[in-house]
Amino acid sequence: MTGKKVKARRFIQGNEAIVEGALAAGCRFFAGYPITPASEIGEMFSRRLPELDGTFIQMEDEIASMGAVIGASLAGAKAMTATSGPGFSLLQENLGFACIAEVPCVVVNVMRGGASTGLPTHPSQGDVMQARWGTHGDHPIIVLAVSTVLECFEITVKAFNFSERYRVPVIVLSDEMVAHTREILVLPDASDIEVTDRKPPSRPPEWYIPYEDNSRGVPSMAAFGDGYRYHVTGLVHDVRGFPTERPEEIEAFTTRLFRKVTQGFNEIQLTKSLFLDDADVVVIAYGSVARSAKRAVIEARQQGVRAGLLQLVTLFPFPRKQVEPIMRRCRTTIVPEMNIGQMSREVKRVNPGPCRVVKHNRVDGGAITPAEILERILTA
Amino acid sequence: MAKEVTKLIHQYLRHDKKFPHVWCPGCGNGIVLGALIRAIDSLAIEKDDIVLISGIGCSGRMTVYVDCNTLHTTHGRALTFATGVKLVKPALSVIVIMGDGDATAIGGNHFIHAARRNLDLTAIIINNQIYGMTGGQYSPTTPYGSFAETALYGHIEHPFSIAELAVTAGASFVARGTVYHARLLDELIAKGIRRRGFSVVEVMSHCHVQYGRRNRMADPVTMMKWLRDSAVRIEKAEKMTPEALTDRFTIGVLADVEKPVYTEEYEKIRQEAKRRPIG
Repeated sequence: MTGKKVKARRFIQGNEAIVEGALAAGCRFFAGYPITPASEIGEMFSRRLPELDGTFIQMEDEIASMGAVIGASLAGAKAMTATSGPGFSLLQENLGFACIAEVPCVVVNVMRGGASTGLPTHPSQGDVMQARWGTHGDHPIIVLAVSTVLECFEITVKAFNFSERYRVPVIVLSDEMVAHTREILVLPDASDIEVTDRKPPSRPPEWYIPYEDNSRGVPSMAAFGDGYRYHVTGLVHDVRGFPTERPEEIEAFTTRLFRKVTQGFNEIQLTKSLFLDDADVVVIAYGSVARSAKRAVIEARQQGVRAGLLQLVTLFPFPRKQVEPIMRRCRTTIVPEMNIGQMSREVKRVNPGPCRVVKHNRVDGGAITPAEILERILTA
Repeated sequence: MAKEVTKLIHQYLRHDKKFPHVWCPGCGNGIVLGALIRAIDSLAIEKDDIVLISGIGCSGRMTVYVDCNTLHTTHGRALTFATGVKLVKPALSVIVIMGDGDATAIGGNHFIHAARRNLDLTAIIINNQIYGMTGGQYSPTTPYGSFAETALYGHIEHPFSIAELAVTAGASFVARGTVYHARLLDELIAKGIRRRGFSVVEVMSHCHVQYGRRNRMADPVTMMKWLRDSAVRIEKAEKMTPEALTDRFTIGVLADVEKPVYTEEYEKIRQEAKRRPIG
């Protein structure tokens, strides 16, 4: 025996890896409603949370689930919910509350064929724009996409960390394929996982200003019951949390809300690169499609084509800083998506020059294969 | 007497929240706020240990004035936020203020489920039978035949009886009071807070500006008299005929039963999960 710790090896589906990631990040509250293809997430939480002194509750709908998540977070717990399209639509209003009241929380949307009841057992990437703008009004939000079981674990940890650090809801977009694909996941030791917690107030209650601006634009956060008796509301509010209609206070609040995320772009905008240095044709992909894209790019290189892959892990705020330079250097970008073309619009938006943007869209309930993407690369 | 009131105001209302408040002169909400503060004071609960949660509407604006942990939520969803707070910090007193529209229209589903779960929450539902804040549209408790901004020809729907609804849904303590019977209201709210389990205190109130004005009761005094004359103590009502009770409502305690409380039941689940984890 060498004394080396045996790491836990699990053969689990993406949905379960999300739960493992959440628990590793310190999540101890889940409220949700059953929906295909996300139900396994709630089921696993219902088994694991009570053992860890956490709480699982199945609420009466997704609106209630989001409300409970926010209440739990304000009471001091790391909290999340998980759903799919129809439930994601339902919880948008409360999601907006979390944005404006700056309540840390994670919302997992396991995308399925849409719209409406759609194709419950088929993957899609149709909720991308909704994840950014689904709730009304100007609001900042972070949207991450997962493509492997390992990413389900790691990115969920990241989601909680971003959420705590920036006091903003983080959406984790998965899809039916990643959710139900089983892979081996080697669970890291707790000591190897970096976990961020919200900053508690550094001042005593008498001097506490709940939504005070600072260099990071992220106010410290007290939990209900900790001795800081402050007001939380969905109305636009001043630094004390009281509703305001004064233009200068509204402006200050709104700019701080966006500034806090903008200042974190370097940390927040996650991408993965493959063969980009000399790439002539670049595939920009996310979610399960990124896996097919990776295979296609490798095959293209074997055939002598200078292909590369930029995988977007962060969808929003859109990683313009990574995408723009690539579009300057390459001739063509291909954006394969299981939707009618959503991220392709962002790619086109930041196109600085004559780079050609080729959309490859599948909306027939089927997965985009490496062969399809390879075909696009070879004919680019 | 005045000194006591001033002391309570000083102790329980926020000093840094600018007045005047948003409510109309003569609004019943002020009486409910007073009753709530007097109830809390009589129970000697620490302000740090109280979470006051409200929905949207005139009643929803109550929370910002009170010096405890306060949360002003989305329309109809206050009980869902309260569920999350209670489950994570069961030792805190969680009191939820809602209006009739907030609690029984858009929030109806959350209301019956919170009651069914018997979460240890106190729901104070201020029933003025109208949507006051948005200009007088009808609510699920607007009386048949009355007039509202969206029922100018006369209302054709029949109202919920909120307290009775709460009893059927499984709440362990249900009471109804009015803003006329202020002392009774203090008592009922205190009982509701003290009671472990889902407590509902429905408060019949008046909106003379939006409801009263359209229904021949354009001032608060007339409406308060109407509340006084419409209310019947439950003990008395039990001996009256249905005809005698037409257009009247009971006040007092409708239900007061011992039932397992959600957080205690869930704690048993935690013990079981630790003993024999299913993973």
